[in-house]
Parts: sequence; structure tokens; C-alpha cells
Amino acid sequence: MYRYDEIDQRLVDERVTQFRGQTQRFLEGKLSEDEFRALRLRNGLYIQRYAPMLRIAIPYGLLSSKQLRKLAEIARKYDRDYGHFSTRQNLQLNWPKLEEVPDILAELATVEMHAIQTSGNCVRNITTDHFAGVASDEIVDSFVWCELIRQWSTFHPEFSYLPRKFKIAVNGAVHDRAAVAVHDIGLHAVKNEQGEVGFRVLVGGGLGRTPIIGTEIRSFLPWRHLLTYLDAILRVYNRYGRRDNIHKARIKILVKERGADRFREEVEAEWAHLKDGPATVIEQELQRIQARFTRPQYEALSNQGISTEGPFGAWAKRNVHAHKVPGYAAVTLSLKKTGVPPGDVTTDQMNAIADLADRYSFGELRVSHEQNLILADVRQRDLEALWREARALGLATPNIGLLTNIIACPGGDFCSLANAKSIPVAQALQERFEDLDYQHDIGELDLNISGCMNACGHHHVGHIGILGVDKNGEEWYQIEIGGNQGNTHAKGPGAALGKVLGPSFARAQVPDVIEKLLSFYVSERESEVERFIEVVHRIGIEPFKTAVYGNADQRAARRREPALAA
Amino acid sequence: MATLIKERRVVANPPSLPEGEVIRLEPTDDPAAVAARLPKVSRVEINFPKFGDGRGFSIARLLRERYGYKGELRAVGEVARDHLYYMEQCGFDAFLLRDGEEVDDALAAFDDFSEAYQATVAQPVPLFRRRGAA
Repeated sequence: MYRYDEIDQRLVDERVTQFRGQTQRFLEGKLSEDEFRALRLRNGLYIQRYAPMLRIAIPYGLLSSKQLRKLAEIARKYDRDYGHFSTRQNLQLNWPKLEEVPDILAELATVEMHAIQTSGNCVRNITTDHFAGVASDEIVDSFVWCELIRQWSTFHPEFSYLPRKFKIAVNGAVHDRAAVAVHDIGLHAVKNEQGEVGFRVLVGGGLGRTPIIGTEIRSFLPWRHLLTYLDAILRVYNRYGRRDNIHKARIKILVKERGADRFREEVEAEWAHLKDGPATVIEQELQRIQARFTRPQYEALSNQGISTEGPFGAWAKRNVHAHKVPGYAAVTLSLKKTGVPPGDVTTDQMNAIADLADRYSFGELRVSHEQNLILADVRQRDLEALWREARALGLATPNIGLLTNIIACPGGDFCSLANAKSIPVAQALQERFEDLDYQHDIGELDLNISGCMNACGHHHVGHIGILGVDKNGEEWYQIEIGGNQGNTHAKGPGAALGKVLGPSFARAQVPDVIEKLLSFYVSERESEVERFIEVVHRIGIEPFKTAVYGNADQRAARRREPALAA
Repeated sequence: MATLIKERRVVANPPSLPEGEVIRLEPTDDPAAVAARLPKVSRVEINFPKFGDGRGFSIARLLRERYGYKGELRAVGEVARDHLYYMEQCGFDAFLLRDGEEVDDALAAFDDFSEAYQATVAQPVPLFRRRGAA
């Protein structure tokens, strides 16, 4: 954990005071709905379908057991005894009372937490690889850079009223586990030939209704220039990003409309003025931040064999991950148990997880953008004991990377933007494909569900993506295949957007369609190690289309009959 | 009557006519286009047509930091107490509050935050360079 100093703490406290005043002015009728919206959103507060929703920041997904206990306490006291971990590594409460939110923020501040900039037209929570600091393919510890950027972005006076929200992801390892290509800015740490650290800078990626893979505007930005370069990009965006149409206001549209070359030239021209200015990063600051992070005091251990037998072996195979320190492993606690909305945890579970973190992983944990929790520093010899406890808590479903590890937004059950529900679809799929042998046979598969085209469930980058659509007031589901969040594997495609298979389906049909896709994949794969996504990229989507809808003749015939697919 | 705040004080009776030339910039205007005139003007006004339109913040910084403007820089338009801290950090020193803003509350808003992480016009040395020196 990064531990606040006196200034960090004071700023968070001052924010609570500021928001308390804003809430009061709104309740007294001194702030209009529209204006209060702009202010409450940047404190994570939405007005949802049934109640407000509060999105609490978990900067770059890193959380202490103490903080998790506080979240449990808040969820119990102010909400309905559970919380929802989102794909942006944050925690959402679905039932707080508007007038109590300042009190919730004050409680959060006591454990160095807040809801700053978790929504609104400003720089959002910085996200990163959930294996930062422990991955064997690490180039830099991305947490340090994320904290540097967090401070730079917090209450940035020039960039607090941007055209639209702004998401930055940092990846510090060889493999991209932070989906940098689908962020407004993606920063991928690299080393040059001299061994110096810098960043590859991608701009204008994003999901939502106009999914785009980000464009590289710099192949190597030396680390000292990181903040001045971010200032330059944001200034170009702040000045020229569209403000006439909310759906065209993200930076990706600006990059697209201007063309990557012209956009790059503008950024470089702006940066020429800022480069080597006072915002140039200094070594001393990196060391200061690094020193304020608590670090595990690892024991000198050696790697030991991990059983592959029985239920423990099945869990270890999927939910235990390599660690750069001998004798240690990272463990994913799955929040994707069948019958539970993806990412949901009860307060009892939160407290129990905090205990597990204290006993097995130095009192810290991470939230992954796949909506699971990670204990990053577990002794290999403790794995079996941890597994038993996690299993008793319903947190040991051995499905990480598999079909039922579904990413899903809260959807129409909660969200007022949604066109369709996503949680019941996820649950139907988890029930249909609960059989673990079948899941293991299918192998690694990302299945993502969004309840509307805003794409909070990242359906564009699921190997299979499901999108809820509204047709004349009815809920239908469009299916995409071939999306990929990034070069997570040595083999297979890099970041890619899924392609729509064809006409959409009724909710009840979705499990059958997925089963058809999977059966066809199994018949087409060259070996058991060739993943679904690799097959899609090798043979294209047409054969899959035929497997689901029949060939062109069959499709034409079906159109003359009452539709299966509408 | 909208209140004018200048250098954190209410200007009780603002003169109706400015002494000298005034430039008014809209969010789409390029400050580079007026750079040559800046030494002669007595005031630059930047308009904020909407509560959420933040382009004026960048324009202000450019005027101060790139074009060296030293004179009065006044925010006009939808200027609410919630903007004041940010505006001052970006180099504004005068603020024509929109109608309905409470003056005392607005004056307190300059102190919403006691410190900024970033390099700003008000504090050109970012916090991380000052923290290290302490």
C-alpha cells in the first residue's frame, strides 16, 4: 500500500468538506440538478434506477485488509450488506442514501480512501496489472507510476472539466494485463537498448459505443517526461475535444477526426513548450513514492511442487499464479461462483477475505479488472490451507481464465443506462456450463457481458462478447466473437475488437448459441492448447456464423419462417 | 447584480468602463492570436459559457505561462464557487460571479484545497519538488 503523508490525507479530508457543502447546497435548492450532477459524479455518486450508486476508488486496485474491513462496515451501516467490484477495480455500493454520502466519504477518509474522480468528466481511477510487483515478466513496478499519475490527476486544476471522462491504464510487464489498448491513454513500460525505462504511449483507445484500438503516438517516452507529456495530451484534448455531442466527446473521436499524425504533431508541439519544465519527474520523487509503499518482507524459501491432483489441483491449476519470489505464489479468489452476480461480495465475505489477507498475504489484496480479488504474496506451502478456507467461503471456484469467469456490468437490474439485464444472462451461462471438466476442456475463454453499448462489461474485448440491446422495448442480445483485451499470452492475437456474429437473440437462446460456438470451436481446434480466440483469428468468423445461423441457404429459408433469431 | 471578486476581495463598486483595452476570449479562441496585443491591454476576460466547459482553464494557463500576460485575467460567464479554486490555480485573479452565488461562500472556495499536487500558475513548482526539499 501507498501510505498517505500528511498532505495526501489533508487533501482527502478537504474533499469531504467540499462535497458536504455541495450536497447541502443541492438539498437547499442552491445548486441545480445539472450542476450538482457534475459535482457529485466526480465524487462517485450516481442517481440510479432505484437508488443512488456510490463508486469508491480503489486506486490501481490495491487494497489493505484494514480498508476492506472499513468497506464492509460501510456496506453494512449505509447499504444492504454487500458491495460490487467493478471492471475499473473499484467498489460500488448500490443503495446508499444521498444525504449520507458525505458521512460515508468521511469514514473512507479515515482509512486513506475516497471516491475522488471515480466518475465525471475528469481523469478517472488509474488502472493496472493486478500482478504488478509480483509478476515474473515485470519491467517496472507499475504501482509507483500509477501513484505518481494519481497525484498528478487529483484535482488537476486545468483538467477538471474535460469534454468527457478520461481513463488511463499503465502496464509494467512484458505481457499486457491492463488492456492498455482500450484506454484513452495506455502506457506500456518498455526499456530501450541502454536499459533505460520509458513508456510506449497509446492514445484514443476505448470501448463504449465506438470501440477503437488505441494508436501509438510515441514508441519510447523517457520516464522523466511522463507528466509533461500527459499534460500536453490532455491540453490538446481539453481545448479541441468535441463538446457539442456527448457521444463524440471522448479523445478517441478527436484522434480519429484529426488523424493520428496530426494529433501526434499537435501533442508534440504542445509538449515542446512543457518539456523539461518543473513538472519533469525526478528520481527523488520515485524513490519517495516507492518508500511509502509497504512491501512484503519475504522469507527465503524455495519453490515447491504444487499438487495437481483432485479438487485442490484443479483450483491450483486455474487460480494460482507464478510469483517472481521463490516459494511464493499469487492466488485469485474467484467472485464468480455460480448463482452470484459477478463481482458481488457480502460484508461477511469481505471481513473473511480481510482475515485471509492478514494471515496469508501480508494484509494486502488487489482487485482485478476481471472483478476478482487477488492475494498476491502467498507462501506456496500455505496454498492448501488457504484453498480450504476459501472454499468454505465460496471463493474457490476454479474458473479463472475459463468460461464462467464472466465479466459483467450491473446491467438492467441496477443501472439506468442499461438496455437489458446482464446478471441473469451471466447466471444462466454459469449454470449451463457449470461442469468443470467441460470448462477445462474448452480451455481459456474470456466471456464478457454488457447491458448496453456503453460497454462497462467490456464485451468488445471478450473472446465472446454479449451485448444487451433494446428492440421495441424488449431485451435482446447481440453476440460478438474474436475480441481480445491485449497480448496476455505469448501466442495469439494482441488487443482486438470482437465482430458481431449476426442478428441478436432472446435471452433464453443465449446459452444454446454459446454452446454451438463452443462445440464448433472444439471440432475446429488443431490441438487442445489452441484457444478459442486463436481459432477465431485463424479461420475467421464466417464458419462460426454458419455454425450458429446455418449457411446462407438455411438463413434465407429461416427468414421466410417465424424467426429464431430476430 | 453579479459580484466581482478581484484578488480574493469583493470589488464594491466596479467601474462601469474599463481604463484601457479589454480583450474577451471565447472557449474556441486561440490565445496565440492575441499574444502581440497583450502588453497593451488592461484586462483579458475569458468566458465560461457553461458550468462544465473547461476550455477556459487551458486558455488562462497559456496566457500566463506561454505568452507572459501579467495583467488582470477575469473569468466571466457561468462562474460558480465550485470553479474558483481551479481558476485561481490556472492564473485567474478576477472573477465575475454568476447571479445567485453567495459571496462569503465564494470567498471561502479559494481555500477548498490547501495544496495542489501539480505545477500550476499559482504555484509553478509542483508538490513533488517541494516535498523532496523539505
